[in-house]
Amino acid sequence: MTDKMHVKLKVNGENREFLAEPRELLIYALREHLNITGPHVGCDTSHCGACTVTLNGKSVKSCTMFVAQANGAEITTIEGLGNPAALHVLQENFREHHGLQCGFCTPGMITRAAKLLEENPNPTEAEVRFGIAGNICRCTGYQNIVKSILAAADEMNAAKEAAQ
Amino acid sequence: MIPAAFDYYRPTKVEDVIALLEEHGDDARVMAGGHSLIPMMKLRMADIPHLIDLQDVSGLGGISIEGGRIKLGAMVTQHELINHDGLAAAAPILRETALQIADPQVRYMGTIGGNVANGDPGNDMPGLMQCLDAQIELIGPGGTRSVAARDYYEAAYMTDRADDEVLISVSFAVPTGGYAYEKQKRKIGDYATAAAAVQINKNGGQIASASIAMTNLSDVPVWSESAGAALVGTGCDANAVKAAAAAMLGDIDPSEDNRGPVAFKRHVAGIILSRAINRAWERA
Ligand SMILES: Cc1cc2nc3c(=O)[nH]c(=O)nc-3n(C[C@H](O)[C@H](O)[C@H](O)COP(=O)(O)OP(=O)(O)OC[C@H]3O[C@@H](n4cnc5c(N)ncnc54)[C@H](O)[C@@H]3O)c2cc1C
Ligand code: FES
Ligand code: FES
Repeated sequence: MTDKMHVKLKVNGENREFLAEPRELLIYALREHLNITGPHVGCDTSHCGACTVTLNGKSVKSCTMFVAQANGAEITTIEGLGNPAALHVLQENFREHHGLQCGFCTPGMITRAAKLLEENPNPTEAEVRFGIAGNICRCTGYQNIVKSILAAADEMNAAKEAAQ
Repeated sequence: MIPAAFDYYRPTKVEDVIALLEEHGDDARVMAGGHSLIPMMKLRMADIPHLIDLQDVSGLGGISIEGGRIKLGAMVTQHELINHDGLAAAAPILRETALQIADPQVRYMGTIGGNVANGDPGNDMPGLMQCLDAQIELIGPGGTRSVAARDYYEAAYMTDRADDEVLISVSFAVPTGGYAYEKQKRKIGDYATAAAAVQINKNGGQIASASIAMTNLSDVPVWSESAGAALVGTGCDANAVKAAAAAMLGDIDPSEDNRGPVAFKRHVAGIILSRAINRAWERA
């Protein structure tokens, strides 16, 4: 065992500090040290995207990053996007359009979709599918996920226009 | 899947990286995006007592296009390659290739330096670098040196780079003519069953020069000089394309794995190369 290191993260706007071994994966640090259990572990091979968080402006698989690497970073998880009292537009649209069944992939899917829409507010259906290619869903067949993301994009764009 | 324990270093100067590599020898390894290394560490196929994170090392980033040459710093990510408009205009084959690597999350983290240094025959950038006749720049205790991508790969995970050297950049002449990176994969995000990088120059309705490299069809990337030569002087008719594919098949040496038996891979390689040649010709 190596010595623990002092880790500082800004997660969902809050400064958090804890001790961890450098080899701990970010996903376990979030889930076990910080009790942020939105991001899930769906695989052991960096393929499923259930663990996706936004880290320093990038969509990242938090199972494929050491907590030491993340030290100092700013992180947003699904918990930082919305909550039951104030759902994010994407969450509302996933509910509305049946974009989830078991819900296991959903936190990663929505976190990734939020970044995708930030980078490309007007995606085509093909661009949505390509943009969520790192997130696997075993339930929905993706059809309603894509529908939900496109509907959320429309709603966000309409809100932007109304505000102008 | 918990990797073995390691000491973690996050130096800011390349000299400090080299000093750590000299001090710990075989027990130390650099990490760029970590998206080849961490999966191996999780599987305990790599045990690295001293892990040197390159993320804060200065001088390893940046894309420059100057004097007819393109230089990509080792830490440039696939995401940056895709989103750099100047690069997409000067060398569109980079974006075309990077878009076929892995998935968005991996592309935010995976670097050109890591992809080129890794030595996994499944990596897509090494074949492309051979197609473009890139130079790979390394720095070690004795200073910097440059190696041609076409001479860099020795065997799977074995390259010309010494243990105490760091890859700092890749560079190549701004490519001219038509291009294509064609990749057959089982699903989006997968490594290639077969892939081909092609650059073609056209002059008066004929192919003046062609460069062809293949990915994941041997334990190293394969630059097929004879395949390129088979196209030169032709009008890229069906026979010429066939001859190029036949020449390429003489240079590759695929092995059977979960992507299929050897005969299948050779079949796919021929089709993928033909498609790439035709697309490059249309764009030339
Ligand atoms: C799900 C998934 C799918 C993928 N699909 C593909 C694919 O289709 N095609 C493809 O090409 N790749 C694919 N990859 C690999 C991905 O592109 C990697 O990120 C890339 O190959 C390595 O880059 P990295 O920066 O992550 O390197 P790391 O993982 O950090 O390093 C890889 C190796 O290179 C060495 N290294 C890194 N940088 C340097 C340097 N500057 N100097 C010396 N040595 C260095 C490291 O020591 C290590 O041995 C995939 C990865 C995943 C997780
Ligand atoms: S847990 Fe599957 S990609 Fe991270
Ligand atoms: S809703 Fe069940 S995995 Fe996506």
